[in-house]
Amino acid sequence: MSAPLLEVENLRVSFPTHSGRVEVVKGLSFTLGRERLGIVGESGSGKSMTGRSILKLIRKPGEVTADKLHFDGIDILDQSEKQMRAIRGARISMVMQDPKFSLNPVMTVGQQIAEALVTHQKLGRKEVQQRILDMLTAVRINDPERVAKLYPHEVSGGMGQRVMIAMMLIPEPELLIADEPTSALDVSVQAQVLDIIDDLVTRKGMGLILISHDLALVSRYCDRILVMNSGQVVEECAAGQLDQAQHPYTRGLLAAMPVLNETRDELPVLDRTQWAGT
Amino acid sequence: MTTRAWLLADSPTSRWQANAGRAYRVFTALLRNPLSVLGGVIILVLLLTALFAPWIAPFSPTGQNLSQRLLPPSGVNWMGTDELGRDIFSRVVWGSQITLTIVLLVALISAPLGLLIGAIAGYFGGWVDKILMGFTDIFLSLPKLILALAFVAALGPGINNAIIAIAVTSWPAYARIARAETLTIRNAEYISAVQLAGGGPIRVIVQHILPLCTSSMIVRVTLDMAGVILTAAGLGFIGLGAQPPLPEWGAMISRGRTFILDQWWVATMPGFAIIIVSLGFCFLGDGLRDVLDPKSEGKS
Amino acid sequence: MSALTLKNLDISYGDTKVVHGVNLDVPEGESFALVGESGSGKSTILRAIAGLAPEWTGEISVLGTPRTHRVDRNVSRQVQMVFQDPYGSLHPRKTIDSALSEPLAIHGIGNRDERVEAVLKQVGLDQRFRFRFPHQLSGGQRQRVAIARALMLEPKVLLLDEPTSALDVSVQAEILNLLKRLRREQNLTFLMVTHNLPVVSFLCDRLAVMRHGRIVEIADVAQLKQGELREPYSRELLAATAG
Repeated sequence: MSAPLLEVENLRVSFPTHSGRVEVVKGLSFTLGRERLGIVGESGSGKSMTGRSILKLIRKPGEVTADKLHFDGIDILDQSEKQMRAIRGARISMVMQDPKFSLNPVMTVGQQIAEALVTHQKLGRKEVQQRILDMLTAVRINDPERVAKLYPHEVSGGMGQRVMIAMMLIPEPELLIADEPTSALDVSVQAQVLDIIDDLVTRKGMGLILISHDLALVSRYCDRILVMNSGQVVEECAAGQLDQAQHPYTRGLLAAMPVLNETRDELPVLDRTQWAGT
Repeated sequence: MTTRAWLLADSPTSRWQANAGRAYRVFTALLRNPLSVLGGVIILVLLLTALFAPWIAPFSPTGQNLSQRLLPPSGVNWMGTDELGRDIFSRVVWGSQITLTIVLLVALISAPLGLLIGAIAGYFGGWVDKILMGFTDIFLSLPKLILALAFVAALGPGINNAIIAIAVTSWPAYARIARAETLTIRNAEYISAVQLAGGGPIRVIVQHILPLCTSSMIVRVTLDMAGVILTAAGLGFIGLGAQPPLPEWGAMISRGRTFILDQWWVATMPGFAIIIVSLGFCFLGDGLRDVLDPKSEGKS
Repeated sequence: MSALTLKNLDISYGDTKVVHGVNLDVPEGESFALVGESGSGKSTILRAIAGLAPEWTGEISVLGTPRTHRVDRNVSRQVQMVFQDPYGSLHPRKTIDSALSEPLAIHGIGNRDERVEAVLKQVGLDQRFRFRFPHQLSGGQRQRVAIARALMLEPKVLLLDEPTSALDVSVQAEILNLLKRLRREQNLTFLMVTHNLPVVSFLCDRLAVMRHGRIVEIADVAQLKQGELREPYSRELLAATAG
């Protein structure tokens, strides 16, 4: 593993409520090289907030503090909004859950990808066009010339998510954060989309943070897994060793999933009191 | 258990406690916004003034005293006197009753009417929608004041007819909002669930759709109150609203117009009253909008 | 007796036909799954049976009686539905109590307090929840309320539209266990729409694979467990699930 791309130490995210500030991420630490890291947790575990805070996308009144939040030696917390704009998209990209809400409905697919590219690089028109078509081919869109001229409502969910990925990867970022990139898609399309991400990430030697609620999916596409529960990492393990997980929460999650060849009459339910103290 | 703890209980034990708790949460949220508190205070003062006018006003609002004509504001006549020697402060105080009556009656007639028509049109769709909304659009396409003028001209001048005219011209806007909201609500799964349980259209509209439209309607009506006061004043100003000697604020400005250069207070004092009350409704409406917005629900 | 019989069922939304010639027979007490990807028309079939998608031709029979095209109060007492989105299926301004009492009020059934308390117990919700508003509940708790509401009229058939797909894995397990228990206790018939094959394997006896508004294959869950689905499309779905 090369020098760490991302170093996070004691990351805390909090929001004010009636009864004082509530921390949704409580002291998270990890380092990321050019590898694929999975963050798994259920809703409210703070996994999405972790992804957003790396890009400094937590809006007021939310508050982010950390002993260290370094991306390639740059202190993210010290960057101004203007400096962050130069990092977002160009060096760190994010793929969100639902393409319907992330694509601009009045611009064609091609225009949006072009915009993602020229915001960060000065290129000639022809070159831009060529890069767009190459990128659309890379996300396995068969007739890129036709698709580039379509509007977001004219493409299917799976296609839209591929367009999103094309948009996010065309400036060639060093780190891709994918927050539930496939939860809005059908099962068969999910695998395709993740295969594309996986392929591009490995080929370009990028870092990947895959955020998901789906343990099986994350273990298939990542090298290392962090399991989060109520703002804390309860387990960290290599993806291949998930079945040897130690923490009762991880074990509970694994057991609670029905399997294709199901023989149990009742599914074990998480006993949340077991680790409530930790 | 204190009242506050009872109101904020996480697990209410009766329907009544649950609803009281919700009302209390809305109320405390409203108190956190200084402008809406100011608006609320203004409206409260208006209410109290209207209620206790006979005790607050030092003079009779209609009693003439020609030897005291056009006196500037002083210790005795706080806002001066008008061309017939009547105390302007007393007239403004009594005028609050008229303003409040107009505002309340217009709200009571036009909001439920608009709400119902809009909800029916939105829920049924099809030709019911086309007919009702066609009708609404005809009203909407005519300028409000002109339409009100036409009604008053047909019905005859007077405060009651002014109220009817304003109410008739203001419901279409509410019908439009209610229809738009109903369209987004009617396909919701909780509406399907009621239909599936066998609930008919009346039950669905009255018990499930209308309660969701009312909060935005309350906000809209409160914000529109300023406009209603101004329309009423406008009708009074051109002599088609309240008739003399009734101390209606618009009519008072109209009378004072003749003296605006030499005796500024005659027209200005009722003008201030109109501005302050209109502002009060606007502030309160803005605050209510922030509090009643369904999206903020659950966070508070 | 058959709980649900569909004969040559075609369903349209406006000008587009979304379900083509579906034939299906679900015997009483069975748990049957409709499986397919989004847009395959599986949810539309549920809505037509419930009376919420009135543009259909063919025949829908519930417990031996053909149903009409509109919502029908007699059918309401036999068939109820649980929706997918626990956040969209409860009225935001009504307490749990009023959501549960509503079906009783519509049908003029008395004893409401006792019935509401009993049904809350059945779905494993504490009485404390009775007068809360939906926003004070978690997703899993809301889905329990939605199931409780469907049970208020003591129906024989429950239509389940992706009842757990919006829930976390650990909560999904609780809801699946609950559905299984309720079916056993009250001898319910389930018709469930889902895209999740392991859930079918846990909860159902038979399944129909749907694609583009048509049934591709009807199979036993034993076949699913062995991975012995015949049609190429069914095998594709199976492969996507197994990874």
